Order: sequence, then C-alpha cells, then structure tokens
Amino acid sequence: MKIVVDLNRCQGYAQCVFLAPGVFELHGEEALMYTPQPPGEQRERVLRAAVACPVQAILVEGRDAGPASGEEGRSGVR
Amino acid sequence: MSVDLRGGRIVVVGASLAGLRAAETLRDKGFEGRLTVVGEEHLPPYDRPPLSKQVLLGRVRAEETALPRRREVDAHWRLGVRATGLDGAAREVLLADGERLPFDRLLIATGTRARPWPNPAEAALDGVVTLRTVEDAAGLAERLAAGPRRVLVIGAGFTGSEIASACRERGLPVTVAERGPAPLVGALGGAFGAFAAGVQRAHGVDLRCGVTVTALDGRAGRLTGAVLSDGSRIEADVAVVALGAVRNTEWLADSGLAAGPRGVACDAGCRAFDMYGIVTDDVFVAGDVARFPHPLFEYQLLSLEHWGNAVAQAEVAAHNMVNPGPRRLPHLSVPAFWSSQFGLNIKSVGVPTFSDHVMVAQGSPQERRFVAVYGYRGRITAAVSVNRGKWLEHYQGLIETAAPFPPDWDGVEPPASRTPVPSDVPDPKVLSHGPTVALTGHLPDRRLVLRRWGG
Repeated sequence: MKIVVDLNRCQGYAQCVFLAPGVFELHGEEALMYTPQPPGEQRERVLRAAVACPVQAILVEGRDAGPASGEEGRSGVR
Repeated sequence: MSVDLRGGRIVVVGASLAGLRAAETLRDKGFEGRLTVVGEEHLPPYDRPPLSKQVLLGRVRAEETALPRRREVDAHWRLGVRATGLDGAAREVLLADGERLPFDRLLIATGTRARPWPNPAEAALDGVVTLRTVEDAAGLAERLAAGPRRVLVIGAGFTGSEIASACRERGLPVTVAERGPAPLVGALGGAFGAFAAGVQRAHGVDLRCGVTVTALDGRAGRLTGAVLSDGSRIEADVAVVALGAVRNTEWLADSGLAAGPRGVACDAGCRAFDMYGIVTDDVFVAGDVARFPHPLFEYQLLSLEHWGNAVAQAEVAAHNMVNPGPRRLPHLSVPAFWSSQFGLNIKSVGVPTFSDHVMVAQGSPQERRFVAVYGYRGRITAAVSVNRGKWLEHYQGLIETAAPFPPDWDGVEPPASRTPVPSDVPDPKVLSHGPTVALTGHLPDRRLVLRRWGG
C-alpha cells in the first residue's frame, strides 16, 4: 500500500503514531517520519490512523474502500 | 464546463508530484479527452521529501517512495523519455525519441534538477554525488551505510542541512562547507541562520561558513578530499553537492515562451506568458518550474520549490485547463514548507525572504521551541516555527490579512525579547544557490526587449 502525509498540514498530534506505531513515528519532538509503502498487514492500522488524524493530512491510496471518503484525506493546499 | 474543453488532447510534461496531481484533477474535473503524461525518469511519480530524510537514515528504501494516487487516472504514460522542444505554432511537444505529440492544451511541470558540480572532471570522481532522484538517494544511502571516514556536504541549504543531519544521526563525521555566513540563509535569512549554525555545531557538524570548495581531489578516479578557499583541506570519501536546483527550461529555449533560468512565467491562473509578455491560453505551468505573481508579495513573480505549491498549483492549473474564463481560479495559496533536521521540525508560512526584519514572537530559541515572525515595511509576511508547528496557523492568518509588524498579539510562551532585528536576507536580485523560494520579479537591472518576428 502507498501513503503520503501532507507535512505542511501535519501539526504533530501523533494520533497516527499511537494507532500505527510500525508505520508512523515522531522524530524528535514533533517531526513525523513514516514508511511510504507500509506492508499490507498494516493496512487496517494505517486506515484507522488516516481517519483519526485531526488535520486529515494522511492520503492512503485506495482509501475509498475504508470508512472515510477519499475527499477528506486529500493532501491540502497548505 | 463547456463541451469543447472537456474533450481534445492534453499533454502534461513532467511526471512528478505536480504532473500526477494535475492528471488526477483533470479527470476529477471531467476531462474526457486524450491525456498523455511525459516523464524523463522511468519511475512512476514518487515523493521526494523522504529521499533526504528516511531514506538516508536507512529506514526506507529509495525505491519505496511511490506517490499514492488519489484516483485512477486514465492516461497514456510516456515514462523514460525526455521532452526536447515545444512547437507552439503547430501545438506539438517534441520528444527525445523523435515523436511529436500534438496537443490542444499543454501543462509544463518539468520541475528542477540538482545543480551539478561545475568541474566535470571532479564531478565524475567516484564519491561525488548530488541528491534529487530515487537513483541518487539509493546511491547515497548505500554510501552512507558503507561507513565513509568523512562526508563533505557542499552547500547548507535545506537539502544539504538534512543530509548533514542524517550523517550525524548515523554517527558519521561530516563537514559542511557553505559560501554564505550560516546555514539556511538563502531561504530564512541571516538571523535565523545564526540559530541554525548553533544547532549544527551542537550536533557535531564540522561547519565551515564563508568558504567555497575550490577543488575536489581524487586518486585513481576516487574522491579523496577537497580544498577550501581558506586554504584548508578536508579528507572525505563522499562529497554531496547540494548547491540548489536548476529549473528544467532548456527544452523551451526556442518555444517563444517566457522561459529561462528563473522558470516559466505565468499569470495567477497558471497560463504561461510568451516572450513578449502576452499570456497564452493553451499552455499552462505548475510546480517548481513556474514563476507566478502573488498579491501578498506585491505581485512579484515567485518561484517556489515547495511540495505544497506543486500540489496546489497543479490543481488550479488543471481546473483552468478545462474551464472557460469566468470559471477560472487564481493560484493564491500562501507558500508553506517544512524541513526536519537535527531532531527539529522547521515549518514556514509566507515568504521569509520577503522581509526586512524578524523577531521571536513566541517561545525560546535557546530551548529550540519558538516561532519567528518576519515583517516587511510594517506588515507580517512570513513566520517560521521550530518544534511549534501548532502555532503556525495563527500566523498564516496574520499574513493573509497583512497584519502589522511587529505583532502586538501576546500569546502563550512570550519570548524574552520582542525587539525586531534585521532579517538579513540575501539580495533577491542575485540568484542565490540555496533558496527554496526565489523572488524573481521586476529585474530592474535588465531593461531589455527582445523582438523576434516569425519565420
């Protein structure tokens, strides 16, 4: 699976770090570091993280199949 | 959308972030015609920011950075072939393999490439590298993993600083040679640069400022070290040339468009200007290669090497390619970027180089948690946060409303001093090697008109 995080939008709430610790981690105090192509078995966790992100910064390819619409996960203008 | 704009042939030249997002948006907006995306690299669109961070730390393989698609894109992908020319009259893109691609509307999103080391013989030494592509990143990650005795980073812009950070995190000795007085000066000014220099030295970087590399030495085709302009010598197995980017506009030299080293000039709706300053209506520009007017910055033409700008401008360009005049949108988003280095999260909104003064508005540089606010002639034009990204949105609002500088808002974590100091940005008329934002407008020193009539 492929993901990208809009790090302009990310504010370091770290919800994704709690929900998918193998994919997202904080590097230092608030810099997010993530695995752009996490293994398939992480899919459920990644989708949960994408939905939980307070600023909706995580774009997951094919997320439409998940609980939230693709529109919400779009990388934004900021 | 009028029927004729929904059909026809659209060619996108450039298959990176801007090209991909534009292709998706074109289909989202109802384009039903033939869509062709041309890319010089063989790989499908991939994300570059991880290449100087996760990849160099060995946590992510360079090849595993492909960009997720927002949707299926029905397009003809011509990857691994370079565009070599544009025939505006015939409306054709010329490809390196000799093919001519006809179009009704064209999007130019050819981006930038790493500026090479100027001496070709030295650049060819094994161990002398640049960092821009997946291939570059894979090679550099491999070299760092091999445990070189010392890495020399030439240039302390964002890319050079992130590379130095990765080296230190891997425990590698690293020397950074920077022509300016401090790291990040080209993008954030001298006052912030002094802070950045302190951070680098605290992390064990052998930082040399105010020097240039005058020669790279090798033995049997392998790099052995470098000579600096102050006469000193560095022994190094790897030298990363991080001297900024060159805009990929050479292929447009005979196109009649306003294209040059500073990018392709376009209007607020992403339509390219021709060399006479007349706006075209069938050629659009987006991403790093574009220079566009921004009302928050006195309508100077901005070139932004920003991830967020590539996305936002591609969306506006694509929208305007399939909509008639009255429905077109301007590209007005406030510039923004991020960098992570030495454990710090640095985020910026606005244009820090468009400033005369800067002050710490919240937090403490000593504690490495603060927001610096930039002002130009009494209004706020930019803000940069260090490990305080949550505060930045407030300042974006101040920038958008041209709030007075210095700000009178008394937020949490008030700084020790509210005295503005000169932001000390390099003269924008000089093409600096390292800024991720270039103010390219006006060029008052070039009172030059070129006329070239048909034929």
